[in-house]
Amino acid sequence: MKHFILSLIVLFSFIHPTFAADKVLDIQKLQTPSGIEIWLVEDHNIPVISMSFSFEGGLALDPKDKLGVGRLVSILLDEGADTLKSQEFQSLLNDNAIHMSFSAGRDAFYGSIKTLTTNKDLAFDLLKKALNAPRFDPDAIERMRQANISKIKNDLGNPSWLVARTFNGVLFEGHPYAQPGYGHLDSMSKITQEDLLSFVKAQFRTEGLKISIAGDITKEDALKLIEHSFSTLPKKATVTTQKKAQLKQLGKTILLPLKTPQTYIAVGEEGIERDDKDWHAAVIMNYILGGSGFDARLMKEIREKRGLTYGVYSQLSTLKDATLLQVSLSTSNDKTAEALNLIRQEWKKMADKGPTEIEIKDAKSYLTGSLLLSLTSTDDISGTLNSLQRDKLDIDYINQRNAFLNAVTIEDVKRVAKRLLKTENLTTILVGTPTNIKPDITLEHPPGMNLEKKK
Amino acid sequence: MICIIFAMPAAAKSFNAESFTLDNGLQVVLIPNHRAPVASHMLWYKFGGADEQDGKSGVAHFFEHLMFKGTPKVPDGLFSKTVKKLGGNDNAFTSHDYTAYYQNIPKAHLERMMEMESDRMKNLILTEKEIISERQVIVEERQQRIDNRPQAKFREQLMAALHGQHPYGTPVIGWMDEIKSLTEKDALENYKKWYAPNNAILIIGGDITSAELKPLAEKYYGPLKPSKILPRNRGSVIQLKEDKRLTLKDPRIGMPVLIKMYHAPRGSHALEILSEIFGSAPTSRLYKRLVVEKKIAISANTSYDPVSLNGTTFSIYVSPAPGTSIEALEKVLEAEIKELLDKGIAKEELKTAQDKKIAAQTYALDSLQGPAMIFGQALSSGFDIDYIEKWDQRIASLTVQDIKQAAKNIFEDKHAVTGILLPKKAEKK
Repeated sequence: MKHFILSLIVLFSFIHPTFAADKVLDIQKLQTPSGIEIWLVEDHNIPVISMSFSFEGGLALDPKDKLGVGRLVSILLDEGADTLKSQEFQSLLNDNAIHMSFSAGRDAFYGSIKTLTTNKDLAFDLLKKALNAPRFDPDAIERMRQANISKIKNDLGNPSWLVARTFNGVLFEGHPYAQPGYGHLDSMSKITQEDLLSFVKAQFRTEGLKISIAGDITKEDALKLIEHSFSTLPKKATVTTQKKAQLKQLGKTILLPLKTPQTYIAVGEEGIERDDKDWHAAVIMNYILGGSGFDARLMKEIREKRGLTYGVYSQLSTLKDATLLQVSLSTSNDKTAEALNLIRQEWKKMADKGPTEIEIKDAKSYLTGSLLLSLTSTDDISGTLNSLQRDKLDIDYINQRNAFLNAVTIEDVKRVAKRLLKTENLTTILVGTPTNIKPDITLEHPPGMNLEKKK
Repeated sequence: MICIIFAMPAAAKSFNAESFTLDNGLQVVLIPNHRAPVASHMLWYKFGGADEQDGKSGVAHFFEHLMFKGTPKVPDGLFSKTVKKLGGNDNAFTSHDYTAYYQNIPKAHLERMMEMESDRMKNLILTEKEIISERQVIVEERQQRIDNRPQAKFREQLMAALHGQHPYGTPVIGWMDEIKSLTEKDALENYKKWYAPNNAILIIGGDITSAELKPLAEKYYGPLKPSKILPRNRGSVIQLKEDKRLTLKDPRIGMPVLIKMYHAPRGSHALEILSEIFGSAPTSRLYKRLVVEKKIAISANTSYDPVSLNGTTFSIYVSPAPGTSIEALEKVLEAEIKELLDKGIAKEELKTAQDKKIAAQTYALDSLQGPAMIFGQALSSGFDIDYIEKWDQRIASLTVQDIKQAAKNIFEDKHAVTGILLPKKAEKK
C-alpha cells in the first residue's frame, strides 16, 4: 500500500480495435436521425459494451431551497420506471448483469451503462424508461431520501469530505459550485415528487447531450439503440443564468476544527482554461510540481525527504465557470505548518525558476508514453471520450495530444508557471487540530450545510 | 531451465493462463491479452502481515515501502522514476497473505521491468536516513487510513476479537507502537527470510506469448538463487468459544451500524453464491426484506472474500432506519438467518446468482491487470490455477443443497463477533 490501494481495485485493461502506430483510438462520429451526436469506438474482442453520456445542467438546476434534488434523482432513476416498479426494475438489471449509474455533477448530469452484448436491447430499453418515465414512487423516494441523509450524516464526520466541502463552500461562495451536491439535512427533508419531476423535465434534454460508446457494438446498432433511449426527450436545453465564479478568500487561511490526529489540507488558486494556448504547458508544469505522484517535487520534499505525509498531489481542474489549481494532503497536526511552508516554497521556486530541461523531458515521456494505459477498459474509453466531448475538443484530439505535449518548450512552462503560481493568492483550507497556525477565519460548521443553530 | 508446462484444453479455461516454473522455483504465469501493446508485470511474494513475528506487526508492509529505495544498479528512488519515464505506472500492496509489486507498461519496456524487479529481489541497499523518514511516512499512512476514522479503528478491534491470537487479528499496517519501533534489522531479516525466487510468483498479463516470455524470465529471474523457505506456520484460525459484543460511540459516526462477523472456510464457491443471494444487491434478500418491505433498515450488505491462506470471514452490515433500535433490527436479522437455515434458498435465486457471477467473469476479461490480480491473489494464498480457470464451472454446478449446507456451516450454532457503531452527541465547548 505504497500508494492509495484504490488504484488497485480498478481493473486495468485496454481495448484497441484497430491499432495503428499513429492512431491512439479510431473514433467514429455518428448522428442519429433525431440529431444526437455519438462518438463510437468499436471493439469486438470481448462481448461487453460501455456507454457514457452527459446532459448540460447539473448543480445550477437545484432550486436554492431544495438542494440535492439532482442527487436524489440520480439515485432514484433505477428505482422504477414506466410500468416497472422498483424491485422489478432492479431485478432486470441484476438478473442480466447490467450496470446502470447516474450522478449529478457541477456542470452536467452524468450517466453510464455497461452490459454484455447479449443484453444490449434490454439495457437500452431500461435506460429509455429511466430517462423518459421515472416513477418516483413514494416508498422509493423515502428509501433513497433516508439513504442520502445517512450518507450526509456520515460525511459530516469524515475529514476528507469535510475539507472538500469547506474548500468548495469557501472559494465558490455565492456561486452554485458552493452548494453541497448531496444537499443538506434541511433541504433533503423538503424535496417532493414534484421537485424530482421538474428537475427531470429541465435536465434531460438532448441539446448539448454528449454520448460516447465503446466495445462490442456496430455503428448501426449504436445508432438504433441510442436513438431508442434518447430521441423522445425534449430538445431545447434549459437556460441557466450562471456566471463565471470569482474565487473568494484568496490568500486566506480558513480552519474548520475537528478532533483528528491529522489535519486535512486543501490549498488552491485559479487554474487555467482548457482552451488556453498554454494548457499543455500547464499540464507539464503540474506534473512536475505535484501531479505525478512519486516523481513530483511536492512528494519529494514533503514525503520522501521528510516523511510528513502518506501522499501529496496537485491537480488542474476546469469547470464551465471556474478553473482551479489545487493541492491536497493530510499530515499530523503538529506538522501542518511545516508542510504548508514547503508547498509555498515549491510554489515560489517553480514560479521564479521554472522546471529543468530534464524534468520537462521526463514529464513528456510519461504523459505521452502512458496514454495507452489510461484507456484501460471499455468504460475507461467511453468515459474519456465523454470528457473530451464535454471539453469541446476535436474528435481527433486524442490522436494529436502527444504532438501538442511534445511541442511544449521550457519557456512555455516557465511562462505558465509564473502566470499561474501566485503564492499570495493561495487559499488554505484546514480540517483538524493544527498547531502553530493562525487562521484568518475559524469556521464552526462546514459551509452550506445549514448546521448553524437557529435562534 | 524450465521444468513444467501445463497444457490445458483452451475451451475449458476462462483466462487461458499458461504457467511454467524456473529451476530456482519461481512460478511464472502468463495471461495472454493481445488487444494492445501493453502489459501488466506483477511479482507476488508469499509473505504478508500474518507471517510476521510477534511484536513486529507492520514489518511486511514497511518493507514493501522500502523496496522502492534503491539497489547499486537502480539507486536513489530511481525505480519508480524509470517506470514513469517509460510511460508506465507502478505500485505495490501488502495483505495478510502476500506482498505484491507491479508495473503496467507499454510492451516495449516489459523487459526493463523484469530486469529491475528481479534486481531488487536480492540487491536492496538501505540507509538509516531512509528508514527513519519512511517509518514516519507509515505513521502518517496509519493515521490517514485508520486513526482518523473511528469506523476503521473499530474494524481493527472487531478483527482482533474474531481472530484472537491468530495473526489475522493483527492489522496489516501494524499497531502504532510497534510500527514506531521497527528497525532496519527487522526489515532486512524478513527480506532475507522471504524474498527468494522459490517464494515468489511472477504474473504477466498482456501482449506477449510464452515463447517470448520464457527466455526473458530465465535471463532476469533465472540466475537468482533459491533460499530455504520455512513453512508459513500460523496455525489454523481459532474458532470463537463465545459470542463477543463490542460497541463504539463516537461523535463522528453519523449513522448507527450493526456488524456481524462469522468465521468462514476459505475458497467456498457456495458461500460466494450465498453472499450474492443474501446481501449483495438491491434485490438480495436482506435488502428486500429489511429495507424495502419492513422499512427497518437503510442499508443491508454481506461480504465474503474466499481468497485467503487460512480461514476467512463472512460479514453482515446493516444500518437501522430512524426509529428502529439496533436490538430490534438484530432480532429480524437473526430471523432471516434462521429462515435461511430452515428453508434454504429457491432454485431461481440460485440461477440468478450463478448467472451474475459468471457474467462478472466476462467483465473481468475486459481488463489488463484484473486477471493478473485474480491469479496473483489466489496463487499466493495457496490456490492453484484450476481454482480460477474452472471457477465458473464450479459455480455453475452448485445446487440449492450446497448453499444450504454452506449456510449451516457458518451460522448454525456458531458464535459471532457483533459490532455496534453508534453516533454520540458532540460535547459542548
